[in-house]
Amino acid sequence: MSEIVLETRHLVRRFGAFLATNDVSLKVERGARHALIGPNGAGKTTLINLLTGVLPPSEGQVFLEGEDITSMASFRRVKRGLTRTFQINQLFNEFTPLETVALAIAEREGVGHNLWRSIAGYGKVVDEAAALLARFGLASVMGERTVILPYGKQRLLEIALAFASRPRVLLLDEPAAGVPEDERHEVLQIVSDLPADVTVLLIEHDMDLVFSFANRISVLVAGAVFVEGTVAEISADPRVKAVYLGENA
Amino acid sequence: MSVLPQETTVSANSSTATAETRAAKLMKRRSRIRFYEFIVWIAAIAAYFLLPSKMLILTEIAILALFAVSLDLVLGFAGIVSLGHTAFFGLGAYVAGLLALHFIAEPVTGLIVAGIVSGLLGLLTSFLILRGSDLTRLMTTLGIGLMMAEVANQMAWLTGGADGLSGFSPGPILGLFEFDLFGKVGYLYCVVVLFIGTMIMRRIAFSPFGLSLKAIKGNAMRSAMIAVPGRKRIVIAYTIAAVFAGMAGALLTQTTAFVSPDVLAFHRSADVLLVLVIGGTGYLYGGIFGAILFTLVKDWLSVITPQYWMFYIGLLLVILVLIGRDRLSRWVEYLPERLSKKEDR
Repeated sequence: MSEIVLETRHLVRRFGAFLATNDVSLKVERGARHALIGPNGAGKTTLINLLTGVLPPSEGQVFLEGEDITSMASFRRVKRGLTRTFQINQLFNEFTPLETVALAIAEREGVGHNLWRSIAGYGKVVDEAAALLARFGLASVMGERTVILPYGKQRLLEIALAFASRPRVLLLDEPAAGVPEDERHEVLQIVSDLPADVTVLLIEHDMDLVFSFANRISVLVAGAVFVEGTVAEISADPRVKAVYLGENA
Repeated sequence: MSVLPQETTVSANSSTATAETRAAKLMKRRSRIRFYEFIVWIAAIAAYFLLPSKMLILTEIAILALFAVSLDLVLGFAGIVSLGHTAFFGLGAYVAGLLALHFIAEPVTGLIVAGIVSGLLGLLTSFLILRGSDLTRLMTTLGIGLMMAEVANQMAWLTGGADGLSGFSPGPILGLFEFDLFGKVGYLYCVVVLFIGTMIMRRIAFSPFGLSLKAIKGNAMRSAMIAVPGRKRIVIAYTIAAVFAGMAGALLTQTTAFVSPDVLAFHRSADVLLVLVIGGTGYLYGGIFGAILFTLVKDWLSVITPQYWMFYIGLLLVILVLIGRDRLSRWVEYLPERLSKKEDR
């Protein structure tokens, strides 16, 4: 369990004079449940954007399973097993949840380029989409337009969509944000139920969720890794408390 | 799953099965033939028998419809705005004319060659529209259209320059059907090509490829995150659209036995956009409905006010945009959607 699947080396991202990511060197082991915490504006989402290719880094490198993916297009990274969810839902408003998930499965299976066969003809793709939606409690709304769904359902679809790509490394950007309290643990339970060799990097503000879910935590402050360690180490670290209290005071 | 009590597992399995059945049904319903599709094609055939004196304007509508349906593939599906779609229409028109003048007068051959040549231009220029925003795309496509118009104008030795290309007459279609003076054969020929073209693009629309185009339009960032190779898909869609636009141009050449430099004029690119604004985007038949309305309104206005009809077309555009694009692009979809839901429940 010591194989490194995701690694950054001296990653830097500047927005003008602002240093959003400051020399981040991160190693994530296969099968890890790694949480990324830190006060607002610490650069957590920027880091995810750099990892997934939404933003190019100013300096440094990103490695996926030992391969340099720093300048690889996002869709190729997804093909290699690196997928994410977004903090703010990024869905296809005019699609139904069924169409949304079916497309992701079709692309994963490499049939997305077929322009002659109806998507209804791919029985396995449609079945898998239905099963996935049922697992996320979205079966009853699978035929509705996404834009009219309640926020909580959209949030579940956001996560289901990442699952549809069957990632080996999954980056979750505040997955529980906006999910009703009683459904939060369900969401995290589905994530926890992922096979042990799937690596999860989680950004989350809810400390209870983080401590119950993660086995390793990195604390990001002002774009840099402030401290990293096991759950026990982080929860006992007085400096982490200071950062949070200082920021919130 | 194994930790759960037996009962829960069973009910979970059966609910998954229900979901699968429902999903299969919903997916099939997506590509179901809508009632307005029957109406369109029946009306097209009926017009042949009922309106024998209107063949020319009906032909004009069929050609404009094919042109607009091809633009819908890039605009309504991939979300690529273009102000230069007539570059492909005009190229197809010239290729069909030159072919008929110098080599072979058989129209279907000319149609296919025109489609291929226009498709090649589409493939080459597609790389220019991959970068940038809507505004840069509008400017790039506008530029390509203007350059094509100027090239045709300057290469007078080949294209006839401002005088246009004439002196050829298309032979019988497939060596069997001679064009007649009243344009009846020409109309049927255009309707058949429009039908085949629309059916091909319809298949594309309901394929995974068509769905991925709409995903790119809906949210390009997310589509990349589900492994949609956006650029590749746009290149292919743009090329296919260029093929059919070129064929529409070839139809115009073959039914009029003349190529005017007007086939590359800017107003054609604007007209075809207007057609889609009228008919709605993203479901292909908007191009056909729009072409019918646009041509009839234009014809009617140019009779009652020959000098100022452009003003009223402009006014119509302003009103349409004020009504709202969303409502426009959906007006016809509301009906069949409701009808088909009733059938199921």
